[in-house]
Amino acid sequence: MEKLKYALYTGCTARESTPELLKSTMAIADKLGIELVLLDEASCCGASHLQDFDDMLSLTLNARNLCYAEKLGLTMVTICNTCQLNTALTKDRLDNDEELKAKVNEKLAEVGLEYKGTSEVKHFLYTLQDDYGYDQIASKVTHPIADINVASFYGCHNIRPSHLQNKSNGGENAYKPTSLDNLVVALGGNAVEYESKNKCCGFHVELQNPQTANRLSGTAMLDAIDNNADMMVTPCPLCHLRMDVQQHGISKEMGRPVDIAILHLPQMVGIALGIDPKELGLNHNVNQTGLNVK
Amino acid sequence: MMSIETKKLTFKVFRFNKDTDYLPHYDTIEMEVTRDELVLDIMNKIKWELDGSFSYRRSCRHGICGSCAIKVNQKPTLACKDNVFDLVEVFGEELILEPQDIKRAYKDMVIDKSNFWEKYDAVKPYVVTDIDEFPTSENIVSQEEAELIDEADYCIACGNCFYACPAVEVNSEYIGPMALTKAWRFNADVRDNAQHERLDTLQKLGSGIWDCVKCNECAEACPKELDPIGKITKLHLQTFQEEKSLNNVAVKHAVGFKWSIKKHGILDEGELVRYSEGNIGVMKHIPEAIAMFAKGKIVMPWNMPKSKNLDEIKKLVEIASTVKY
Repeated sequence: MEKLKYALYTGCTARESTPELLKSTMAIADKLGIELVLLDEASCCGASHLQDFDDMLSLTLNARNLCYAEKLGLTMVTICNTCQLNTALTKDRLDNDEELKAKVNEKLAEVGLEYKGTSEVKHFLYTLQDDYGYDQIASKVTHPIADINVASFYGCHNIRPSHLQNKSNGGENAYKPTSLDNLVVALGGNAVEYESKNKCCGFHVELQNPQTANRLSGTAMLDAIDNNADMMVTPCPLCHLRMDVQQHGISKEMGRPVDIAILHLPQMVGIALGIDPKELGLNHNVNQTGLNVK
Repeated sequence: MMSIETKKLTFKVFRFNKDTDYLPHYDTIEMEVTRDELVLDIMNKIKWELDGSFSYRRSCRHGICGSCAIKVNQKPTLACKDNVFDLVEVFGEELILEPQDIKRAYKDMVIDKSNFWEKYDAVKPYVVTDIDEFPTSENIVSQEEAELIDEADYCIACGNCFYACPAVEVNSEYIGPMALTKAWRFNADVRDNAQHERLDTLQKLGSGIWDCVKCNECAEACPKELDPIGKITKLHLQTFQEEKSLNNVAVKHAVGFKWSIKKHGILDEGELVRYSEGNIGVMKHIPEAIAMFAKGKIVMPWNMPKSKNLDEIKKLVEIASTVKY
């Protein structure tokens, strides 16, 4: 197989509040022989909030990020669902509206850049599924996550809106996603069947309405727990922050203890590939139930 | 003779009568279904051939009245639009037919939609204007002006987005995607004079635009593909353009991204929370900040990462900004 090479757009959280996501992503890429070139020039995607304030500014900043992947001639890979959504939305709008693209390029020209539309944008999960292949990953598993029930939590911004996301997510169905569950199985684990796997964690209203946020993540997490999940796994660091860091508030809101370890997607892959827990940053996870990090 | 493709399918159908039943139950019905049949055809067959007491709303059969909206395996469905075989492709040969919100079931698929219509009424879903009873010229709306509405006027009020919205599900105050789509439909109408009044209604935390969780369930659920969340975003932008935004935590959060990006390129997460909540409000986050610090999840100000070529980002924030706050 030809060596896969991508431009990695880390997003903000992987550099700050979820350092374990960047560590584990780099660790498994190394182990699998995937080359990731860090896009250190990239800015924040606006996280769907700058988009509420200034449309032109958010388009320009996201187009600038894509320019750097285009310069490398590589597909941009994201490791945050919300980065994926905002980058894909920008790309979709600019690629289908010459007038808008010209307006954005007028701004970019001031800093010596031009958005062309030549790089695709894809979440890391789907490069593993569609480019690398789960069979290949399965053949490299040395420590199957056998006897562990893993509940996949997909996160909204990888699967909806499907007319946009289907361009890069292998046609994942928003009402019955399978990519993460199939990955769990490829790693030797038991994929937990539960209704909330494609639901919202509430992250984006955490500040203005913590009650809504806690009820949404609490309902999903209890659904996973009640279906015998030992752990949950997510491809999105924002879902991870919500569900791993906020368990105290969630438990209080739900009136029931909500206590379960949440893995980042590359942490789960890394465990099965036999990578040292420190390299996967498992010590950074707040809920350590069942992680046994020494 | 050409053979017609058929499949033997199992339907689990939600049954409940609020007047007589304590709990709902599901009828299991096996049926031969052909390639072209829609969910509405199945409901008709159940009622006309198997059980006349089965209740559901239906009227136009052409995807325009919005009456026959239900859920199939939790997927919001307009029964006269969604093909059964297409659903089988996703969910397999057992399909579960349920009303849009089982908690509001009145009889079988018929639900009490008063919560939906209350929200609709709250946004004054009509053109508010002073009418000249004896006009001397036509009141012409140009093509460009009409396009601002962005097809929001195609909404058929089926309720699929509203009953798919998780924010509505956990917070009965929240106005929801349908009323917000309607609000945009009239706020983008050049003939309308109630723009500011609607924006005032929609600014409140807990009930207004700021409680959208950005899950895109509404965009996925809309049978007319109207992208309700896109309209919610347009309303957000309009509050700033019209200088109607309040000084609350959600507004500060949206604005704070600009300042944080200008300073570091990538976010300063801690500073963004402080800016959004204010110096006193931020105190309530101290317990989680301590838990995060203990796990090495807080970056100290002196170690804050910055994007490479930050000068470019600073310049773009200067020249590409279109909104003042």
